Amino acid sequence: MENEYLNGYHRMNTSDYGYWLPKGASTFAPEIDTTLYLVHILMVIMFVVWGIFFIMFLVQFRSGNEKKVVHSGYPKVIVPISMIAFVVIFDMYMLFGHDIPFWNHLKKDFPDAEKSTVVRIVAQQFAWNVHYPGQDGKFGRSRPELVDEKINPIGLDFDDPYAKDDITTVGQLRIPVEKPVIIHLTSKDVIHSFSLPVMRVKQDVIPGMSIPIWFEPTRTGNWQIACAQLCGNSHYNMKGIFKVQNQEDFAAWMAIQEAELPQDDEEVW
Amino acid sequence: MTNAEYSRQSFWRQYIFSVDHKVIGLQYGLTALSFLLLGFMLMVLMRWQLAFPGEVIPWLTFVVIFILLGLAIVFLAGKKRPYLALNSLIFFGIAALIWYFTTGEERLPGGIMLPEFYNQLGTMHGTIMVFLGVVPLAVGAFGNYILPLQIGAPDMAFPRMNMVSYWVYFIGGVLMIISFFLPGGAAQSGWTSYSPLADINTGQTMWLVAMLFVIISSLLGAINFIVTTVQLRVEGMTWFRLPFFVWTQLITAFLLLLAFPSLQIGAIMQLLDRVAGSSFFIPAGIIQGGKVLEYSGGGNPLLWQHLFWFLAHPEVYVLILPAIGIITEVVTNNTRKPLWGYPAMVYSLFFIGFMSFLVYAHHMFITGMGTAVTTWFQTTTLIISIPSIIFLAVIVFTLWGGSIRFTTPMLFALAWVPMFGIGGLTGLPLGLAPPDIHLHDTYYVIGHFHYIVAPGSIIAFFAGIYYWFPKICGKKLNDNLGKVHFWGTIIGMNLTFAPMLVQGMAGVSRRLYDGGLGYDHAQPVLFLNEWMTWGAWIIGIFQIFFILNIVLTLRKKSRSEENPWDATTLEWATTSPPIAHGNFITEPFVYHGPYEYNVSVNGQNVPYLPQHKKMDIED
Repeated sequence: MENEYLNGYHRMNTSDYGYWLPKGASTFAPEIDTTLYLVHILMVIMFVVWGIFFIMFLVQFRSGNEKKVVHSGYPKVIVPISMIAFVVIFDMYMLFGHDIPFWNHLKKDFPDAEKSTVVRIVAQQFAWNVHYPGQDGKFGRSRPELVDEKINPIGLDFDDPYAKDDITTVGQLRIPVEKPVIIHLTSKDVIHSFSLPVMRVKQDVIPGMSIPIWFEPTRTGNWQIACAQLCGNSHYNMKGIFKVQNQEDFAAWMAIQEAELPQDDEEVW
Repeated sequence: MTNAEYSRQSFWRQYIFSVDHKVIGLQYGLTALSFLLLGFMLMVLMRWQLAFPGEVIPWLTFVVIFILLGLAIVFLAGKKRPYLALNSLIFFGIAALIWYFTTGEERLPGGIMLPEFYNQLGTMHGTIMVFLGVVPLAVGAFGNYILPLQIGAPDMAFPRMNMVSYWVYFIGGVLMIISFFLPGGAAQSGWTSYSPLADINTGQTMWLVAMLFVIISSLLGAINFIVTTVQLRVEGMTWFRLPFFVWTQLITAFLLLLAFPSLQIGAIMQLLDRVAGSSFFIPAGIIQGGKVLEYSGGGNPLLWQHLFWFLAHPEVYVLILPAIGIITEVVTNNTRKPLWGYPAMVYSLFFIGFMSFLVYAHHMFITGMGTAVTTWFQTTTLIISIPSIIFLAVIVFTLWGGSIRFTTPMLFALAWVPMFGIGGLTGLPLGLAPPDIHLHDTYYVIGHFHYIVAPGSIIAFFAGIYYWFPKICGKKLNDNLGKVHFWGTIIGMNLTFAPMLVQGMAGVSRRLYDGGLGYDHAQPVLFLNEWMTWGAWIIGIFQIFFILNIVLTLRKKSRSEENPWDATTLEWATTSPPIAHGNFITEPFVYHGPYEYNVSVNGQNVPYLPQHKKMDIED
């Protein structure tokens, strides 16, 4: 089922998508959408106002209209100057009213890890490995030498007691709704970019670095993880399942995953 | 050496290894236009795959079209014009290259494109268009040919260095094309070549070697332009009597000189990573093919991005400033009045040149940048938008009070204003960090910079070619063919680039081999891929009118007037084409500013007052 979805073109959710922005589904999506809308309104105003002047001048001052060429510039210098001033004021409003405070919020106001779903994602060519800490809430150690693409894609070290209850999936990120999520992103090989369009989340995944991001989903749904950075031949196909579920559904799924974990006396490889 | 002695030189010294800035300018121009055509062809192949993923590409149609074009040129050139017939080689060459693409199992087996070949095409389209097409055309061709004429210089300051600069660029270009024929094919890590992907992908070594040649060429050219402008202005050509085009070339040369060394270093480091086992950009624990990479550790992939964008952002201004220079020349000439706010333009130019070094990291907002750095770079990005708005304001408000002639170059220049406007405005949401989260690495970015470079730079170059063609060849290009070319190009470009903005808003990632077919959020906007492909075909088909226009004009026997546009700047103070050695028969002396149109002298209106004609202007 999972592979069929990843390789085939099986549609899950299309009602959120259209010709414009996808419908947002995170707490800060409306703020990002506001900045997008405001900038685009400014762009349209500028284009229309300048366009009117431009076309007016072209018609009024075409050659052969017997008007004498005026040497000096436009008599009302206030017009171009106020146009430029308008942009400056708008820019400052965007910067200090929206963008700088919002970026602070995004980078500094991390939710309390105790009260959030904490996940680790290890990207590779061409899949998203999702790593849940399990019951103990602590990620087990992982080491690159232990990587085995078939059974241990993130190189989890099972000698580490914290690793015993860890759950890993390939290309399947499930999280509960209305609870903050903290994701630690890292990569095994090249730079990828973790993108969840409906959440307005995009973060480059850089090997050698572990980058935390957070968001809080506001509604349930089935979406996709997309890779936004060229990462090789199958970049176009580096998709993942992204499900936001009710608390109960998520807990039920987690219980199944935990039940499938190898017991202590079992040999894992 | 007199002009007569100069003309007695051997064919090789006169036309191939020439030190004459005009011949070098033409060599640059012809080579760069050929690379633009090649880069365009690579893109048409890509666009077919995007519109019809996994379907057979009509490669034979492309081959036939190019062979027919080549044959048409041979036929039209006739026996008397072997130099013109020689240009058909470019078309036969591209036909052969497309034919070659279909022969390999690792490229287009059965005419169906493979993902690795798609990535090669994307990488090479970007590289060829930016480094081998637009920059050499803007600086190497227009700068080389026009700048010494406009300042009244007999040649560039260092003619031999100028020749070396062209041939080094030529070698770089040839190496780029050769890389398609190597095992593993051409580079496939994107024109940005982000490490560590570029460290481990095939094809990258040749790309880096070729880039080193291109960079050296640019550095040699930049020094030459600066020294020429500072030292070789004729008497009377004060700084504020310089045509604005010369100012843009001067600032561009400074940008090239100061920005390119950063990529030079980056390219050498990446080359060492690939061939010498170093790991400047490779962090520890990289896994390649299921195993930990033998040579790794200690490197930082973000270092490459800093080195690359420190070049590549000023590079954007290298692409656009000469274009603005050409546009001001054409607009003032065709509005028949001086440039309104010339000093404001010059100061804005200085400011934009300086600021262009301080904004580069807005390409890296989503690499995990902290608050302080992000605040700095989005603030500088908004500041740099101000001089760009001043440029547009000056050009639009110069139209006021003029007597506008709608000649072909003027049509291109006028269309440039709204097109560059769209390109600049769509940069605003990308320059602000929060909206950039949604738009980064989507088709919105592609749409934005294509509006800057294609309808921005390339449209300006068309304006320049139509404007200076009578200077270069002594014959004026056909107006009707020019207008057909103009409308087709503008409609095609908008049909191609506007849908990209829509796809980007919907969140479609760039560089997807299937054009987003696999993603749910791309489904509603997938049909636009077909529109864009037809848009690209329209652009391509209407360039045939341009090519035919040039060939048919060169066939004509009648010559145009020496100064067909009634222009004032110094390049029109000599014959058309200028004499081979020394440019000017007698050295001109400059009395006026560059754009003295419709001035009154002795109570009479003088329609245009060339810079070298001595007359007293009344206020």
